Amino acid sequence: MKFGIVTFPGSNCDYDAFQAVTDILGEEATYIWHKDHDLQGSDVIILPGGFSYGDYLRAGAIARFSPIMQEVAAHAKAGGPVLGICNGFQIACEAGLLPGALMRNSHLQFVSAEVRIRVENSDTMYTNLYEPGEILRMPVAHGDGRYVAPVDILEELEAEGRVIFRYADADGTISAGANPNGSERNIAGIINEGGNVLGMMPHPERACSPLLGSSDGVRLLESILVRVAA
Amino acid sequence: MAKFRIAVHITPRKGLLDPQGNAVRDALRTLGFNAVKDVHVGRYIIVETDAYDALTAEDTVTDMCAKLLANPVTEDFDIESAVPA
Repeated sequence: MKFGIVTFPGSNCDYDAFQAVTDILGEEATYIWHKDHDLQGSDVIILPGGFSYGDYLRAGAIARFSPIMQEVAAHAKAGGPVLGICNGFQIACEAGLLPGALMRNSHLQFVSAEVRIRVENSDTMYTNLYEPGEILRMPVAHGDGRYVAPVDILEELEAEGRVIFRYADADGTISAGANPNGSERNIAGIINEGGNVLGMMPHPERACSPLLGSSDGVRLLESILVRVAA
Repeated sequence: MAKFRIAVHITPRKGLLDPQGNAVRDALRTLGFNAVKDVHVGRYIIVETDAYDALTAEDTVTDMCAKLLANPVTEDFDIESAVPA
C-alpha cells in the first residue's frame, strides 16, 4: 500500500510520517510537493503536522489553496483515506473536508507534551485495532488546537459516533485537567461523514516506537491497512 | 476601473471563548482600568483593489471575507466603505 505525504512550505512532521510508514509499518511512502497535481498513485494521503505558510492569517488557511489540495479533496470525495495530523487537521477543517475549526489554545500557550486520549469509536478505518475506550499515549505540539464547532454540528458528530478521540485521564475520565487546549467536549479527533477523513491534534506518527516514549500510534496506521486492504 | 481601498475588521465570533481578549482585559484591569468590561482582539486587513465603482469593490471584498479572510465558523467580519486609493 502506498502512502502519499503532502509537504507544504513549513511542514515539519512529513519526515516523521515517512519514517513511521516505511520503517515501522513497512509500507511504501512518497513525498508529494504541495504545488504538484499528482497524488502519484497513493492509496492513503497524510496531511502532516507543521506550520504551513507560517500559520499566516489562520493555521491552515493558506495551505488549503495549495494546488495539490484539489486532488486531495477529489481523493477524499471518492472515499480515499485522508489522515490529517495537527496542522493537517487544521488544513482539513479550513478546506471543508471536516467540520469545525481549530482556535488558539485557551491558555494562549504553545503546548508540547504527552497526552492521553480515549478511543471513542473503534469501528473506523483508523481505529479498528484499538479496544473501545482504550487509553492511548501520544504527543501533542500545537498553539492552535482548541476544537470548536457550532452546537448542532457537535451534536451531529456525537450522534453519529464521529468523535473518534477525546483527551482523557489515565483512568479514562474525561476531565478539564486532561484537556491540553480547551477543546470543546475534550475533542482530540473527528472523522468525516464518509468515515475516510480523520483529523486529530495528537501525533500518532510520533508515537510509533518505545524509543519515542509510546508505540500507541502504530495500530492506527495498521488499522488503515486492515480496512483498505480488505 | 478605479482603485479602491477597503478596510476589513475581523473579530472572534461573539459567544466563543476569546482567551486573547480576556488576557488583554485582565492586563488592563491590572493597570487600573477597572471599568473595562470586555476586550476582543481581532485582525485589521486593508485591501486595495480595482473595481468599476465603490459598491462593486465592497461586494468583492465581502466575497473575499467569506472565502478566505474570515473563518465562517469562528469569526465575524465588518467592512468599511470603499474609499478611492
